[in-house]
Amino acid sequence: MASVKLNNIKKRFGDVDVLHGIDLDIKDGEFVVLIGESGCGKSTLLRLLSGLEDITEGNLYIDEERVNGRSPAKRGIAMVFQSYALYPHMNVFKNMAFGLKISGKDKHFVNNKVMEAAKKLKIDHLLERLPRELSGGQRQRVAIGRAIVRDPKVFLFDEPLSNLDASLRVQTRVELGKLHQELKATVVYVTHDQVEAMTLGDKIVVMNKGRVEQVGAPLDLYHHPKTQFVAAFIGSPKMNFLTAKISQPAPENTQLVLESGRAIQACIDTTSLNKGDIVQLGLRPEHIALDCEHNTVEGTVTLIEHLGELSYLYVDIGQEGEMVLKVDGDNQHKAGDKITFGIQPNRLYLFDHQGKALKRVNAHTTATIPL
Amino acid sequence: MKLLDRLMPASGIRQVPKSVTIHAVLLAYTVIALFPIIVVVINAFKERRAIFRDPLGLPDSDSFTLVGFQQVLLRSDFGLYSWNSLVVTILAVGLVLLLGAMAAWALTEYKFKGNLLITFLFAMGIMIPIRLGTVSILSLMVSLDLVNTLTALVLVYIAQGLPLAVYILSEFVRTIPKELTEAARCDSVSEYKIFFCVILPLLKPAMATVAVFTMIPIWNDLWFPLILAPGEETRTITLGVQQFVGQYVTDWNSVLSALTLAIVPVLILYTIFSRQLIRGLTSGAVK
Repeated sequence: MASVKLNNIKKRFGDVDVLHGIDLDIKDGEFVVLIGESGCGKSTLLRLLSGLEDITEGNLYIDEERVNGRSPAKRGIAMVFQSYALYPHMNVFKNMAFGLKISGKDKHFVNNKVMEAAKKLKIDHLLERLPRELSGGQRQRVAIGRAIVRDPKVFLFDEPLSNLDASLRVQTRVELGKLHQELKATVVYVTHDQVEAMTLGDKIVVMNKGRVEQVGAPLDLYHHPKTQFVAAFIGSPKMNFLTAKISQPAPENTQLVLESGRAIQACIDTTSLNKGDIVQLGLRPEHIALDCEHNTVEGTVTLIEHLGELSYLYVDIGQEGEMVLKVDGDNQHKAGDKITFGIQPNRLYLFDHQGKALKRVNAHTTATIPL
Repeated sequence: MKLLDRLMPASGIRQVPKSVTIHAVLLAYTVIALFPIIVVVINAFKERRAIFRDPLGLPDSDSFTLVGFQQVLLRSDFGLYSWNSLVVTILAVGLVLLLGAMAAWALTEYKFKGNLLITFLFAMGIMIPIRLGTVSILSLMVSLDLVNTLTALVLVYIAQGLPLAVYILSEFVRTIPKELTEAARCDSVSEYKIFFCVILPLLKPAMATVAVFTMIPIWNDLWFPLILAPGEETRTITLGVQQFVGQYVTDWNSVLSALTLAIVPVLILYTIFSRQLIRGLTSGAVK
C-alpha cells in the first residue's frame, strides 16, 4: 500500500494539451475516484499513473519515490481495464498466475496466491475455464483477481463496471466497496458514472477539460460545489439553473429577482457582488418541495416520469424555461396540471458569471466546506 | 397452399437461387482446380501408350502399371530430393512465420524512426517479383560461397515469403486489443515474453494462413533450385523430376509418378494447417 502524489502533471499529444497541470495527493489506503465527461482527460491521467503513457511534464511520486519514466511493473501498480483484457488463450488460473510466473516466483507460492485471491472473489470453481466461457461479471472478477495476486502498491481501475448490465453493476459495485475495505488498498478509479463515484469514493476528483475542477469527499462535493460545473455534474437528475439578478447583496440573506420578476431569497454570502449582477441560481430537484411556502414559483407540468419510489416532474415555469422536480412516487399530477412549489432559502446555490460558487450560509447539511 | 408454404418457406425460396449460384461457381472452380491434378494422378498409373491413347481414361487392367513409380524410386534419388524439398520448405516457412510475426508486431506496436520506410520496403517486396533479382542473387551467393547449398535456397525463400507474411500478419496484429499488451506490461511481462506468450498464440490462425500461402510456391519452385542448387546432393523434388524430361524423349510415366509422389507431402502439410487456415480466412468476418 502506498501514497501517491501528483505534482503539476502535464500531458501533451503532439500539439494538443490534454492535461494542464494536475496536482493531487492520494493518501495510503484511500479510494479516489476520477470523474468527468468523456474526453476530460481522466483516463489519460490514469494511464500516466500506470506508466503506459509518458508524462510530458511534472512529477509523480509513489511512496515518496519519483517514478516518472519507470515501467508499469516497476511502479508496483496493477490495472483493471474496461474490456478486462484477459489473455484469451489462457484459462482463469493461468491468467491470474501469468505475471507471477513470469517474475520467477516459485510454483507453490503462485498457487497459494491465486487460490487465495480466487476464494476472496468467489471464482475458485472457475479456474479451469477459458475467458470466453465466462460471463461478463465473472470476467471482471478474474481481471480484479489478476490485479490482487500481485500485491500492488496501487490499484488502478479504468471504468471497470461500464461493460456490465445494470443489476450486475450495482452488485459488483457493492463488492468492490467491500473488497476495498478488506484489502485497505490505495485505489484510483476512473468512471463517468456519478453514482459509482459517490458510493465508492473516499475522495472524488471532478475533472473538466484537462483540469481538476474540485477535489473532495462525496458529500462535500454535493453540498458545496466550488463551480457550476461540479454542481451540474454531481446529483441526478441534474441541478436546475435559473438566471437571476442580485437586487440586494448581503452577507446572509441575499435578495434576488428572476427574469420574470419573481423575488427569491437565498442564504448566500453575496458581499463580493454588486446590485444588478447577473448570477446563476441552482436548485436541486430533490430539494424542491410542493408544500414549501418559501420562494414559491408556479408552473405547468409538461411530463411526469414514474420511477416507482419517486417521480420526476418536468415543469414549465414560463420565461425561465423548464425545471425538474423530484417528488413522491405516489404523486398524482398529470401533464397540463398547474402546480406551485417552493424551496428553502438555505437549500439554494448561487454561481457568479464565471461559474464560481458563492458561499452558502447555514446550509442544510453537516458536510464540511472545502477550503 | 399451406402445405406449400411449409415446404418452401418464403425466406427459403429467396435463398435457393443464391445458394445454387454460389455452389455452381464454387463447383466449377473446384473442377478447374482439381482437373490437372486428377489427370496427373490417373495417368501416373497407366502405360505410356495408354496415356497418349486416352489421356482422360481411368487405368484398366490392361493399361495399369506401376513402372513409373518403380523408375522414380529405384533409378533416381527420390528420397534425397524429397528430403531436400522438405528441409528447405519447413525451414523457410518456419523462419518466414517467426520473422514475419516479429516484424509485423514491431511495425504495428512500436513507434520508431524508419518504421514507415521499412513498411514501405516490405510493400515493395510484395509488388516486385524476386526473380527480377536473380542475377544479383546468384552473384551474391557465389561470393558468399553458398551456391549448391540448401542454405542459399532457404535464404532466398525467406526473402520471397517475408513481405506478404508481414503484410498479412500486420493486419491480424492490429485486431489484437491494445489492452492485452498493456495488461501484460502491467503484469511486469517483458516485451519478448509479451510477443512469445501473448501475441504469438493469438496469431496462430493467421500464421496458418501465411504458412499455406508461403509453403506452396516454395515447394513447387523450379527456378531457384535450378540456378542456385542444381548439384546432385541439393536437388529438390521439382528439379529431380526434370531428369525424366529430355530434349528428345520424355519418360512420362516417371514424370507423372514423381509429380504424384510430390503432391503427398504438401497435402499432408496442408491438412495440418487447413483447419487453422479456414479460421484465419474467416476470422473477423463472422462475430
